[in-house]
Amino acid sequence: MDLYQQYPIRLRINEQDRDFDVESWVTLLDLLRERAGLTGTKKGCDHGQCGACTVLVDGKRVNSCLTLAVMQNGHEVTTIEGMAKGDELHPLQQAFIEQDAFQCGYCTPGQICSAAGLIAEGQAKTVDDVRELMSGNLCRCGAYPQIRQAVCKVIGIKEEKPGAASGADGFTTGPVLA
Amino acid sequence: MNPFVFSQPKDIDAALPLLAADNARPVAGGTNLLDLMKEGVMTPAALVDINPLEHAGLDVIEEHEGGLRLGALARNAATAYHDMVRSRYPLLSAAILAGASPQLRNMATNGGNLLQRTRCVYFYDVGTPCNKREPGTGCPAKNGINRQLAILGTSEQCIATHPSDMCVALRALDATVHVKSGTGERQIPFAEFHRLPGDTPHIDSNLQPGELITHITLPDAARFIEHSAYIKVRDRLSYAFALVSVAAALDLDGGTIRAARIALGGVAHKPWRVEEAEAALVGKQAGEAAFADAAERILQGARGYGQNDFKLTLAKNAIVQALSTALRGTESAKRGEA
Repeated sequence: MDLYQQYPIRLRINEQDRDFDVESWVTLLDLLRERAGLTGTKKGCDHGQCGACTVLVDGKRVNSCLTLAVMQNGHEVTTIEGMAKGDELHPLQQAFIEQDAFQCGYCTPGQICSAAGLIAEGQAKTVDDVRELMSGNLCRCGAYPQIRQAVCKVIGIKEEKPGAASGADGFTTGPVLA
Repeated sequence: MNPFVFSQPKDIDAALPLLAADNARPVAGGTNLLDLMKEGVMTPAALVDINPLEHAGLDVIEEHEGGLRLGALARNAATAYHDMVRSRYPLLSAAILAGASPQLRNMATNGGNLLQRTRCVYFYDVGTPCNKREPGTGCPAKNGINRQLAILGTSEQCIATHPSDMCVALRALDATVHVKSGTGERQIPFAEFHRLPGDTPHIDSNLQPGELITHITLPDAARFIEHSAYIKVRDRLSYAFALVSVAAALDLDGGTIRAARIALGGVAHKPWRVEEAEAALVGKQAGEAAFADAAERILQGARGYGQNDFKLTLAKNAIVQALSTALRGTESAKRGEA
């Protein structure tokens, strides 16, 4: 068996069919950035800890650094480049601008794709739910309150005290979502 | 990542021979295996992508003989949010949702969750000795960075912990793991699935080479629906591994305990459960005194290694807190009133 063989794959990326020949070990993240020319998706930790590489696969948010491109053969991928419709921004993109939900912007593509996945999942009913369900995306600048506000605004969750922390003690959690 | 051969069999009969090959590994979610490959901790010669077996029914979540059947390829998120899991096994739903991040839960499978490897820093760092990664090289964790590591069931060779939350609930709920290989099928009671490190810390579980997990079954747990809680203590509010976690469930007759289930995560090489401690609760008045007594029994034989000494007290307190939360009721636990 040839360890260095290339595998022909076809992915539908941002509503376009794209063909590639990739080695087995190429991650979806590296394929997007280095072979598909879609550098909006960011490489942060490359270990599934920061969420900067979040994209949607078949509509579900995943860490693109922890899946192989060959495993996604035949699947549909949406990246930050696929969120806007022409010149019309996605509501999350517009909300991030309006709420000033970023500083350096490096985590933003992952935050927005993650929020899009969160909305599709339909599990977030409260501000605390949004906080918990956005916890897979780290922001080194600390724009969390604004990110949460932007996501809540798009979902239509009203914040009682914008920017205020919840009553959780910070160390112990119960099963808040079950 | 090391070079490897990739295959994508379309059904289980095609997959099993590929998995029987030397140093071949199945990949499903990939969330732990691919990370370990990037670090050089695991270097399989072949990866067998079993995701296409979803279509062969391995992703099913359904009622099974009055209990529940969870396909090995059902995703953690799909499992936790499934109506039947939420309504009939709230403890399992809560445990899954306490683990990882939404992205990872969308990717990670139920079978893969069982086969997660320890997050001990020495296991992950190929520049250091580790008996789990390279048998016979030693265990620097015993006198080193061990804040996250085990206090129960340890050995001279290894003090690693199993990192799963889901498995803690599965242990409490008496799950059974169903596996298949080229030579047949067998069932493994959850208590016997994971191993203690002993002299063979490099072997995490009793799954044999060439065996594939097909599904997990749970017996009926209706009597615990009203009084269960999963408590997870960690260094940050979300998206962190447990220092200590407790899955607790009570079956109550008024204020008297008819049956109890208590399993711990973050304290041992496998989910930790002491059935004698549960039996001792039967017939007792549910309350702090009985719960503290159970905690003492469960922690018998525990020892710290320096940085993790605090877990001896933390685990006892977490047990009492989990049982007290379960006593107040699952609905109150769901609201985060731990």
